Amino acid sequence: MPEILIPTPLRPYAGNAPRVSVEGKTVGQALQALIREHPGLHSHLYGEDGALRNFVNVYVGDEDIRYRQRTETALEEGDVVSIVPSVAGGIVMDATDLEEVELSNEEIRRYSRHLIMPEVTLAGQKRLKASSVLLIGAGGLGSPLALYLAAAGVGRIGLVDFDVVDDSNLQRQVLHGTSDVGRPKLESARARLEDVNPYITIETHETRLTSENALDLFRRYDVIADGTDNFPTRYLVNDACVLTGKPNVYASIFRFEGQASVFAAPSGPCYRCLYPEPPPPGLVPSCAEGGVLGILPGLLGTIQATETIKLVLGIGEPLVGRLLLVDALRMSFRTLKLRKDPACPVCGESPVIRELIDYELFCGIEPAGDGDAVEGLEEMSVRELEAALDQGEDATVLDVRESHEWQICHIEGALLLPLSELPGRMHELDPARTYFVHCKTGLRSAKAIGQLKQAGFARLKNVRGGIKAWAEEIDPAMPTY
Amino acid sequence: MRVSISARHLAAICRHAERGYPHEVCGLLLGEMDQAAGRLTVRALRPTDNLLADEARTRYLIDAESYRAAEREAAAQNLDIVGFYHSHPDAPPRPSEFDREHAWPAVAYLIVAVTRAGANEATSWVLADDRSHFVQLGLQIVGPIPEPVSGGARDA
Repeated sequence: MPEILIPTPLRPYAGNAPRVSVEGKTVGQALQALIREHPGLHSHLYGEDGALRNFVNVYVGDEDIRYRQRTETALEEGDVVSIVPSVAGGIVMDATDLEEVELSNEEIRRYSRHLIMPEVTLAGQKRLKASSVLLIGAGGLGSPLALYLAAAGVGRIGLVDFDVVDDSNLQRQVLHGTSDVGRPKLESARARLEDVNPYITIETHETRLTSENALDLFRRYDVIADGTDNFPTRYLVNDACVLTGKPNVYASIFRFEGQASVFAAPSGPCYRCLYPEPPPPGLVPSCAEGGVLGILPGLLGTIQATETIKLVLGIGEPLVGRLLLVDALRMSFRTLKLRKDPACPVCGESPVIRELIDYELFCGIEPAGDGDAVEGLEEMSVRELEAALDQGEDATVLDVRESHEWQICHIEGALLLPLSELPGRMHELDPARTYFVHCKTGLRSAKAIGQLKQAGFARLKNVRGGIKAWAEEIDPAMPTY
Repeated sequence: MRVSISARHLAAICRHAERGYPHEVCGLLLGEMDQAAGRLTVRALRPTDNLLADEARTRYLIDAESYRAAEREAAAQNLDIVGFYHSHPDAPPRPSEFDREHAWPAVAYLIVAVTRAGANEATSWVLADDRSHFVQLGLQIVGPIPEPVSGGARDA
């Protein structure tokens, strides 16, 4: 029979015995058997929601069952199960704090479907009202997050963004409408959210999140939800969460796929435990370059909202130590187990990152204005390109975008050769010829020029701003995307 | 129930709290539990790192690994884990609602109030059987009170 080691705080409820032998083929069964024998243990091990309290840790031998099959972990003859307390406390969330929170009759009507749930109740709804959540980004992920958190009654919602609503946002950023195009996102977000729930406070921070302002900002909120679309900000959010001790409710999306997790919780891994280094710049395309199914941020953002609410209420099993992988084409949801990396530079045992760093540099991104990393890159503006074409200069316009982008719009007479196919099709080009290379914004074309230079091409010019600049400055009738 | 602690140990806890100010510090109390006599005697301390980094002004956490290490250390000395201590920087030495929700029964929670001027008051508590509230325990300080350490030296 497996044996359960009882820690001192629980021994008085188990007949003062330091160890108890019970029947059970899994950890869950053994714990249930223990409780049948010693019912006084129940309230100390299990919360009102019927799940193990989050400060109750269970080990089989030397391994935490969270890294095995949790309560489904199989037990064999002679296994030793230890119940190990983690001990938490502190001076915030004082009883008086929650007692001071009042719900008006209007709010009680509004939240009635929450109040009748045993996992929420009046106390949970007050907790939501007393809570504060900071959303990084009011875009694709931020939209469903903000809408549902506002509707759920999170008392104070902060939004960080500095963008203006653009037509191309409306396919997924459901916070904003057609009439908001051209308006700051925070303005339209505030209007929408105050309409969704006038009983909460919306705080807008119209700024770029930086290493200078992140810590001060994060300290003012309980939970941080990361809805960013780039690696420098993602690492910044992660490190600032670790340094301020705030959970980082994370999601990212690309085309049909998404990921979600809760990082930087006290006992869980952080984003850097999973991805110690950023990918080389340009390797992982952004949604602006690669596209994203409009619904996908809705799917992932509502998962973030769910995790946020669970963290605030202290219920269920948050995605701590787990990475959820969503594939919308297959409609499959998988979870991977994540471990805290003892050697993690920010949350490990001997952290080397103790303050925020330069994240653009860390991610290998040149500061704006310093040009591209390709050595000796010659550039031309779209006006210079237009002049060269008008004068019938002997050169070829080379478009390195993908063919589906070409179908949306292209420059008359240009040659299409997608960057992804360039290495195998370089022989189709003439090293002696002049090429004006462009893509959507000028990044991929710079990369193409780098590859062509290495192959011995010499007469190459990068069209600054790509076809986007062409559409804006030369051909306003051209559709933009 | 009553908690018996030597003046030396209590002074060590106060110094730990002062060094950590303005953050919360925490640790485990190792000793003997005499249920029949209703007495809990502290024999040794095991300070731990507060794992909550920047949130440490208002929170503390002793994780399962630290607890297991302390358990082994206690067993080697024929002692038990009899409680936990933590500091309340700039706050009264009374358990908060957050303390109660996360509390373990049967063991003592020793809380030291600390301000910039130093540690000033210690109290000890035990969680009620039904988890509804904390009961204050008598704190018996035994042995000579050590000389105060000069200067208020503490981490910046």
